[in-house]
Amino acid sequence: MITIFKAQKIITMNSSRPTATHVAVRDGRILGVGSMEELATWGEHKLDEQFSDKVLMPGLVEGHAHTMEGSLWQKIYCGYFDRMDPDGKIWSGLKTIDAVIERLIEAETNMIDPDVPLSGWQLDPIYMNNERVTRHDLDKVSTTRPIGVLHASGHIMNVNSMALELAGLLKPDINHPGIPLGDDGLPNGELKSPEVMTPVGPHVGFDRIMTDCDEAGLRAFAKLCVRTGVTTITDLAARLTDDGVEMMLRVTGEDNFPTRIVPFRFFMGLPPEELIKTVVELGKKSTDRLRLGKIKVIADGSIQGFSARLRWPGYHNGAPNGLWYITPEQLLEIYNLSLAADIQVHTHTNGDQATELVLDTMEAALKENPSADHRFTLQHCQLADAAQFRQMNNLDMCVNLFPNHHFYWGDEHYRLTVGPERAERMNACQTALANNVPMAIHSDAPVTPLGPLFTAWCAVNRITASGRVQGEAEKISIADALFAITMGAAYTLKLDGEVGSIEVGKHADMVVLEDDPQSIGAENLKDVRVWGIIQGGRIFAAEDL
Amino acid sequence: MSAGFSNPLPVTIIGGYLGSGKTTLVNHLLRNANGLRLAVLVNEFGELSIDEDLIEAKSDDILSIAGGCICCSFGSDLTAALIDLAKLDPCPDHILIEASGVAVPGSIANSLSLLNEYSTDGIVVLADAETIRHGVEDKYMGDTIGRQLSDADIIVLNKVDLVKPDVLVAMNCWLSKLNGQAIVVEAVQSKVPPEVIWASFLGRNHSPGLHLEANHLGMLTLRPVGPIDVAALAKSLAEGDLGIIRAKGFATSNEGKKTLIQVVGRRWETSPAADNFEDGIVCLGFKDALNRAAIADLADL
Repeated sequence: MITIFKAQKIITMNSSRPTATHVAVRDGRILGVGSMEELATWGEHKLDEQFSDKVLMPGLVEGHAHTMEGSLWQKIYCGYFDRMDPDGKIWSGLKTIDAVIERLIEAETNMIDPDVPLSGWQLDPIYMNNERVTRHDLDKVSTTRPIGVLHASGHIMNVNSMALELAGLLKPDINHPGIPLGDDGLPNGELKSPEVMTPVGPHVGFDRIMTDCDEAGLRAFAKLCVRTGVTTITDLAARLTDDGVEMMLRVTGEDNFPTRIVPFRFFMGLPPEELIKTVVELGKKSTDRLRLGKIKVIADGSIQGFSARLRWPGYHNGAPNGLWYITPEQLLEIYNLSLAADIQVHTHTNGDQATELVLDTMEAALKENPSADHRFTLQHCQLADAAQFRQMNNLDMCVNLFPNHHFYWGDEHYRLTVGPERAERMNACQTALANNVPMAIHSDAPVTPLGPLFTAWCAVNRITASGRVQGEAEKISIADALFAITMGAAYTLKLDGEVGSIEVGKHADMVVLEDDPQSIGAENLKDVRVWGIIQGGRIFAAEDL
Repeated sequence: MSAGFSNPLPVTIIGGYLGSGKTTLVNHLLRNANGLRLAVLVNEFGELSIDEDLIEAKSDDILSIAGGCICCSFGSDLTAALIDLAKLDPCPDHILIEASGVAVPGSIANSLSLLNEYSTDGIVVLADAETIRHGVEDKYMGDTIGRQLSDADIIVLNKVDLVKPDVLVAMNCWLSKLNGQAIVVEAVQSKVPPEVIWASFLGRNHSPGLHLEANHLGMLTLRPVGPIDVAALAKSLAEGDLGIIRAKGFATSNEGKKTLIQVVGRRWETSPAADNFEDGIVCLGFKDALNRAAIADLADL
């Protein structure tokens, strides 16, 4: 059965037929895009006019997100900025520590079982003059129920006294750089690195494995995708245990699951040879809506956590250089084995030295295993300079830059971490495009909110949280930004032949918009309203979720 | 296992860059465990490269090894693996953590300090005598390798048969400048006396003289004559250039409290102990280097 959708405007992202008014869908795929007369030539059809006042675009593709965003919404949102949950409720941003405590008290009051921990997430004291939350603050919420609040960075957690006590950490004489002490010599409740969070996490509702979502979380995540227009999205680093894969296959296989998930196997836990073997096997389990068989490697840490690896002159505030998560030898082995097995690898780098290592290693690997179309991708790659983008182009690498980060933490980078000059060239989208590096842009949800149109707004305007334009020269056009959140991201996933444009033969994946992103104006791009999506020809309205 | 703080599981952290001989050392130690039940935790990339003849069984990613030892990989979360390990029955006598090539061993020791079930029994960092000087100059890994060496209580300078004697002297000198707190132990093919790696020889598995001779090691027991300034004693044992690699035992403080003294390299610590232990501190060092007279003099500090 053919359905022809009539729209006010269809933005196809296919340069040979950039706009149209009608799109025909059969068997979940696009049969054609054009005028009513052209499409009617396919024969018997049903005309669907429900979108005749709406704008259709290719379903948005998010190339760097984590499904755990869905699981986090089971906890209390404590962020500074307004944020939409999977049910469409907007949680107001909390501007003071007192407001955070107040929201937690309200949540605590509604809890019936006294033993269940209370968990919050997305706290970011950077916007509150770096005022610290202590266990005494959280003790105002409860002294008997364990409480933990995860920071936006994911690398710091605040807990109350009960949580410390349950973990055996409410004691004097603790000597650990990640556990600041209060005036009384006892931990003040701040846990400042993932390894110190592990002993406490299970007591406050944060399981040790932060990379994996649960079933309810995956369903919630999918709702967010519908609300933000996303029809294909990565889960960029999952452990992918047998149980986890079974669950994801089952849930994504349900008739009404609305989006396509592309999970990448986290590189740790297996020696390279076994890693590649495991991922090859995983790839064989792929379905249309769960695309397995790719690897995520992490080379360094984060810039705001001072754990990214920077080249000279290092951190602006003099902090020592950051941490490596892999040796050059192991990186080379993973690249070589993956190239030989046609497995795609995306590598997280933040600092420019980590990017340099990846580029050098890639160059060596490609000499041993020449590959015409590997699409190995640098993820974040926030500090790359022009020379590095040229090298990416020479090595046929892709990049997925992080404009959202620029909005949320750009001021911090300018002032503290890398200083003005490098802060202005962070996430250098224009330089990437000028050097013909295939580029996507991302949210890294849950680190920042999922929403490719917001990400596009960030890349187009380069405004920081304080309202400054930072890096005028790296702004990109609306057209380039819209390409990046559709075809650009699809290309980095080797899915550009299937999704990313509205074009005959591709999956019928589209986002239904109330406004036209091409004419709404650069400053308003983030305000484009999403009605819902069409995924594989199935219609999902945000308001019906 | 009870989480009693008087009886934590001792852990030796084995660090060093790729190719420095960590896996060879682990196999050597498993072969020479002498009845000690070792649990080996291998880092996130490490293959469980245990010599085939040592393996008795494989199940659920755990290798069972002759003599009641086990070996498993800790994946991406060492702390979580340690929490699980503490629940094992029977409980191992000693833990070896084979850190990854990029790991900073001091950070691992910091993490361990938060787990009441464990105590660090020393950071041993291997250095390949042939390549270490280049290693610390490497544009990517140099500072990481430097930090590894700086964190060590004991630096095992490995593969010394592959460098000339004068180079070796210079290297020893360079290492003590880099990390004045560490004792440098030379080795070939990671063959380090197990007594250097763990202090458990001072506990119930104590079998004095068994292979001390073969390893040119000497041991003596210092018996304080009465209550003593335990901190000063521990400090002297650690920092007094007495040829001590490790020391462990009990003394009674001037306040009358029974105290456990532990020395690894030039690091020392004291902690409260149960009253029923007899005073006496066993000191281990290379036979030729141990300054027996000076150590004995500390008895009435």
